[in-house]
Amino acid sequence: MSWINWLPALVTFFPLLGVAVLLFLPREKTGLHRFWGIMATLPSLFFALYMYLHFDQGFKGLQWFQSVIWFQIPILQGEPWTFHYSMGVDGLSLPLIVLTTIVSTLAAVASLYIRQATKGYYQLLLLLETGMIGVFAAANLFLFFIFFEITLIVTFFLIGKWGFLGKVKAANRFLLYNGLGSGFLLFAMVALMIMFGSLEYSDLESRMGQVMGQLALLPPQIETTLWAVFIALMIAFSIKLPVFPFHSWMLRTHVEAPTPVVMIHSGVLLKMGAYGFMRFGVGLFPEQMKEIAVLIAILGLINILYGALLAIVQRELKSVLAYSSISHMGIILFGLASLNAAGLKGVMFQAVSHGLISALLFFLVGCMYERTRTTELDDLGGLAKSMPVFSGIFLVGIMALLGLPGLSGFISEFLSYLGLFQNYPVIASIGALGLIFTVVYALRALLKTTFGPIHERYRLLNDLNVNESVPMMVLVALIVLIGVYPDSLGAPMQVTLDLIVSRIGG
Amino acid sequence: MIQTLLDFDLRVLAPELVIVAAAALLTIVDLLLKETVSRKWIGILGLLAVLVAGIFVGLGWGHEPYQILGDSYRIDDFSLAFKAILLFGTALVLLFSLSDKDTEKLEAESEYYSLLLTALLGAMIMVSSAELITLFVGLELLSLSSYILVGIRRKRADSAEAAWKYVVLGSVSSAFILYGMSFLYGLTGTTHLFEIQQHVAEIAGTDYQAFLYLSFFLMIVGFGFKISSAPFHTWAPDVYQGAATPVTIFLAVVSKVAAFAFVVRIVLIAFIPLVTTGVWNEVISWSFMLVAALSMIVGNTVALRQKDTKRLMAYSSIAHAGYMLVPPATMGFVGFDLFPSLVFYLVAYLCMTLGAFVVIEIVARRAGTYDMNAFAGLYQRSPSLALIMTFFLLSLAGLPVTAGFIGKFYILMSAIASTHYWLAAIMIATTVISYYYYFGFARQMYFRKAEDSQKIAVSWPTVAVVGMAVLGTILLGIIPDFFLQAFGQLDWVSGFSQAANSLGY
Repeated sequence: MSWINWLPALVTFFPLLGVAVLLFLPREKTGLHRFWGIMATLPSLFFALYMYLHFDQGFKGLQWFQSVIWFQIPILQGEPWTFHYSMGVDGLSLPLIVLTTIVSTLAAVASLYIRQATKGYYQLLLLLETGMIGVFAAANLFLFFIFFEITLIVTFFLIGKWGFLGKVKAANRFLLYNGLGSGFLLFAMVALMIMFGSLEYSDLESRMGQVMGQLALLPPQIETTLWAVFIALMIAFSIKLPVFPFHSWMLRTHVEAPTPVVMIHSGVLLKMGAYGFMRFGVGLFPEQMKEIAVLIAILGLINILYGALLAIVQRELKSVLAYSSISHMGIILFGLASLNAAGLKGVMFQAVSHGLISALLFFLVGCMYERTRTTELDDLGGLAKSMPVFSGIFLVGIMALLGLPGLSGFISEFLSYLGLFQNYPVIASIGALGLIFTVVYALRALLKTTFGPIHERYRLLNDLNVNESVPMMVLVALIVLIGVYPDSLGAPMQVTLDLIVSRIGG
Repeated sequence: MIQTLLDFDLRVLAPELVIVAAAALLTIVDLLLKETVSRKWIGILGLLAVLVAGIFVGLGWGHEPYQILGDSYRIDDFSLAFKAILLFGTALVLLFSLSDKDTEKLEAESEYYSLLLTALLGAMIMVSSAELITLFVGLELLSLSSYILVGIRRKRADSAEAAWKYVVLGSVSSAFILYGMSFLYGLTGTTHLFEIQQHVAEIAGTDYQAFLYLSFFLMIVGFGFKISSAPFHTWAPDVYQGAATPVTIFLAVVSKVAAFAFVVRIVLIAFIPLVTTGVWNEVISWSFMLVAALSMIVGNTVALRQKDTKRLMAYSSIAHAGYMLVPPATMGFVGFDLFPSLVFYLVAYLCMTLGAFVVIEIVARRAGTYDMNAFAGLYQRSPSLALIMTFFLLSLAGLPVTAGFIGKFYILMSAIASTHYWLAAIMIATTVISYYYYFGFARQMYFRKAEDSQKIAVSWPTVAVVGMAVLGTILLGIIPDFFLQAFGQLDWVSGFSQAANSLGY
């Protein structure tokens, strides 16, 4: 193990350095807070890009893997239960780590409208970045869980302190719903630990394979327990994603949280659900996943249609985007339910692509709100005249949202639907209606804001300034890049996905 | 060589003797000192005594279990570990009391310190004895001292009410324990736990078994009261609220730890033969689980509605009693594996509960009210205090990376390993509920505006107490290995087998 194996740890923990630096800055120096807040996200971004460029695309398993014994719980009979600190990166985690670092840096830049208590704000934002990267870079379930909880706690404070009018209620609901999800995850984790004696991803996968191979010979309780664990995991990640009956917390969060936090929340935190489904659902329980694939497809269908239909009738822009997120997470479920190469690739593409798109759109809405002081669709209109740059970028964002070919949204939706069509053509066909609804609500939101007659009070609005438009252009560039050259995203994850698909097939 | 009853090495009793001597000395010194001399010195003397006793406990490690006074009192790893926790807790309480400027408590300051020591002595006797009468004497010494401590602010109505309630309900619970013990004595004709063990093995399976259950249930009622577990918890909120905060901490931490040692000692020595007959799993384990589940549910749900911080913490401590009952409840299924998890959680509980109470006292004293609103805007006024409180809250809520998380995880493992999924489910669900009220503090501290914008001054002894508590909370969460290995290496089982120098029966 050489120094290079420290890479995942470096990416994960570098923002903490920023937290420490901010600790020593005086409370009033907002400018300094901003500077260090943004600067502290850059090393992680740099290291993540380095990982992306040096990622061995043919390597099976975790790269830059590092594992140290953290603590052991002695038990009377046999080996003590050992908990490791292990980190590593594979095709599933790499794209999401890169996404996280990009969105975090942009969110730090986008925090220019946070004006009160900036010191604490940037500290929490950096802590949140550590938590999010850690979730993806962790190579065992215990560490995954700890980082998962860190993001939960930090986000609670970010929403509750810097959010809009109903922030405290939103923060509470966020905490309790996600706390419930963590509870299920905790149960699954402890049960897996007791069954397999290890929480390392590699151990879990190999021992799971052994158990499934001789399931018929084992007592029936084993299978029941496995199902209980599997369902607990599914519920935990369903709350995070969120899947239909568990979605209400997420709407409130999207409306009430401060703009940069929504960028992160919609861009990365929801994707932790998708990552969990891939890593622990498809990756660990392929057999069980096969049996509930229809259910997942149906839930996906509900998500897509419910989200899209309600997005059409919303009168407020952030709610439109929130429901649109639900609808787009349905596409992730479609990809999961397909359980084939195309569909699973679609899941990962959708996770990254929607992360970029929703970060862009929420950033735009935040910038607009700062100027118009409203996000009610009826009060908006004609912004194209006073804010042409804003309207142009908004147009691109909306087009990416509705899946225009050449932009990243198209690839991910295409792959997910393609995957599902192979197995469940009926559900996929009905789901295709969602694409039409998406066009309706996306264009409605676009037209109501930028087109039409302009209100008198909006005539003198300033267009986006440079520190708003440059981050947005970065996002747009990435969306276009994935759209025209999907392999930039697809190539690193190929081997890992092949491995997962082979396990499903076997 | 013929051994006589008093033929033993007195050095093994050193910690207890130090505390006895100090308690006596403190009373005498108080009489001799002039009125004008600050009673703080008495407190410092008490603190010194506790530290010296702690050193003796430290020197006592690593020996064979040693019994004295005809197997009625024993020194083994189990009792030493619990004594270390008790002394640590009391030392922190004393240190905190030194900086506490509660004028009404100060009227009887020297009595306060000597009573703390006698209560501690009672607790130490409880964890060390293996004989019913000795156990009961320890219990009563602890209880009687605590009754007075609760009522020490005699001019305050709430303090008097709390003391009254505590005396009446406490006596009733003692009566229950005594009644239960009397059945045990009646059945076996002895008060020595190891002899009882032998007779219980004979009784198990016969018609007299019903009396064994009766004895067990009666004692459980009494213990349930002492550890403030539901449904025997009703005294806790009023007493915690009415007592001066250092006393509350003592009750919530030291008294509870001693009671846990008491339960474990009696049940694991006297009733252990029932494990082989299967009765254990059907009756004893289930009654523990029932009390555990009820405590978690009642503690965590009623806490949701509390506005008073001390009452809230009282319900929180009821809930934590429920968590801590899980290892004893499930131990019949996984063997003697309960101690490291129970002790780890007790230490974590000590750090986080003590810390939270101290911060509450600091904030409430400044605001003049124990209402939750006193915490409004604490982050703006005293950011470090708010941050430290946040750590205690995260730990109490069982969130990483704190002691409470590792502790709860450990306990959860014992529940799931013994396939009590329903208990694990209740534990997880009530933990999620508890987020709401623990984060209620956070909502006040971070999301509300402060009415009083001045920073809260904190004296150095309090800083030391809070510092140690927060250090413990974080270290147990980040490097639990140190403690886990230490607890794992202790010879817990020896606490429940006859000592080598036993006279033999």
